[in-house]
Amino acid sequence: MLTDFVPLFLMIAMALGLAMSLLKLAEWLGPKRPRAIKASAYESGMDPVGTARDRYSVKFYLVGMIFIVFDVEIVFMYPWAVSFRHFLANGGGLGSLAVISVFVVILLVGLLYDIKKGGLDWD
Amino acid sequence: MATLQAIWEFIDLPLVIFGMLNGFLITASLLVYAERKVSAYIQERNGPDRVGPVGLLQPFADVFKLIFKEDIVPTKATGFIHSLAPTLMVIIAMSTGAVIPWARTPSGEALAVADVGVSLLVVLAMTSISVYGVTLAGWSSNSKYSLLGGLRSSAQMISYELAMGAAAISVVVMAQSLNLFHIVENQNHAEFGILSWNIFRNPIGFIVFAVCALAETNRAPFDLPEAEQELVGGYHTEYSGMKFGMFFLAEYVNLWVAGIFISTMFLGGYLLPWEGLYSGWFLENGLGGLFTFLQVLCFLAKVAFIAFCFIWIRWTIPRFKYNQLMNLGWKYLLPISIANIMLIALIVVVFNQFGWA
Repeated sequence: MLTDFVPLFLMIAMALGLAMSLLKLAEWLGPKRPRAIKASAYESGMDPVGTARDRYSVKFYLVGMIFIVFDVEIVFMYPWAVSFRHFLANGGGLGSLAVISVFVVILLVGLLYDIKKGGLDWD
Repeated sequence: MATLQAIWEFIDLPLVIFGMLNGFLITASLLVYAERKVSAYIQERNGPDRVGPVGLLQPFADVFKLIFKEDIVPTKATGFIHSLAPTLMVIIAMSTGAVIPWARTPSGEALAVADVGVSLLVVLAMTSISVYGVTLAGWSSNSKYSLLGGLRSSAQMISYELAMGAAAISVVVMAQSLNLFHIVENQNHAEFGILSWNIFRNPIGFIVFAVCALAETNRAPFDLPEAEQELVGGYHTEYSGMKFGMFFLAEYVNLWVAGIFISTMFLGGYLLPWEGLYSGWFLENGLGGLFTFLQVLCFLAKVAFIAFCFIWIRWTIPRFKYNQLMNLGWKYLLPISIANIMLIALIVVVFNQFGWA
């Protein structure tokens, strides 16, 4: 039921209020003595060199993509997990176990391929 | 009287939520104090002992100091996102508590702010949003240390989320529900008592889940995002004053939420040890309310113990290297937890075959 979620949304809204009031409170109460040096990015005391909007290792993209693939596959297992014992009680348990096993094997072959290819090697 | 009743019905839910938010704030302060005290005794010193009795008011003094500090926004930072990130962290840390069942009421329902049918998924979804907080904080600061910290942190958090989700599935297979209340009640077995808690029925899942929860909270030995020696402060290098305080607050609330989650999934949640043997006595003598209260206390004790273990681990074990971290997550925990799902499913089949379940 969607109405069950109302308290959750209310809690999120009140947590938002808490966070905003903390921010506002600090803004009102804190001193304001801006300096150019103070507001520059920290780089061990030196003047910042270049920009931080730079290119970074492609490994992070790889991890992100592999995460999406595996996360979706794991999400697919939730409906099965919820109804597995229901299937068992109605005689369809072994069949559903076999199907999910095929699914898991495909998933693990994908992971194994990724590991063999070195997609997850960080040196 | 009727108007009072109407007013009460209108404000009781906001009041409960307000109370819970304040409870989380106080818990976070106590956890900061506990961490400083425990680490002090591990390192054979006294820790904070000046502010208030035995230093108990130290975290409150810290909060006041943080509020009165200047809020520095770096000139090159993306201002809006710079303040959005800590806000997001606080919201997520604070609002996960809404779906947690704190006890069973005498009438046999869940004592929760929002007893939704898919509360497990809600918790998983909320905790995965905190990746955004960390990444946005790292990116918006426009500092190289922050960027590296944010990147590392997001890669680490998404890697361990997979194994965590898979470990949660093995619990769902047994409980046949995504509702945390049903998951706790599934661990309630009159004659086996604590032996039917998931930590004993599903030990591999427990270990994987606990390790992943540790990694999700970015605590040592998984504290690479804020490895001080390499990255200064990681994603919150460029944060000062109360914004830093909000990250700090969210970190400790997340520690508490991780404890709550582990305890609910694997340590029987609010269940008292062997409660099936004596819960009937309380209900017959009209002490159902007292029993519910005892359950809340028991739950809090379990969570506090897990939080203590997390603090203990942080001050005992050195930090991983980054390649070790990624290897552990992808090459060990993920396959182990997927294999664990199949193992649990097989055990369920065998038990069903012999009619034990």
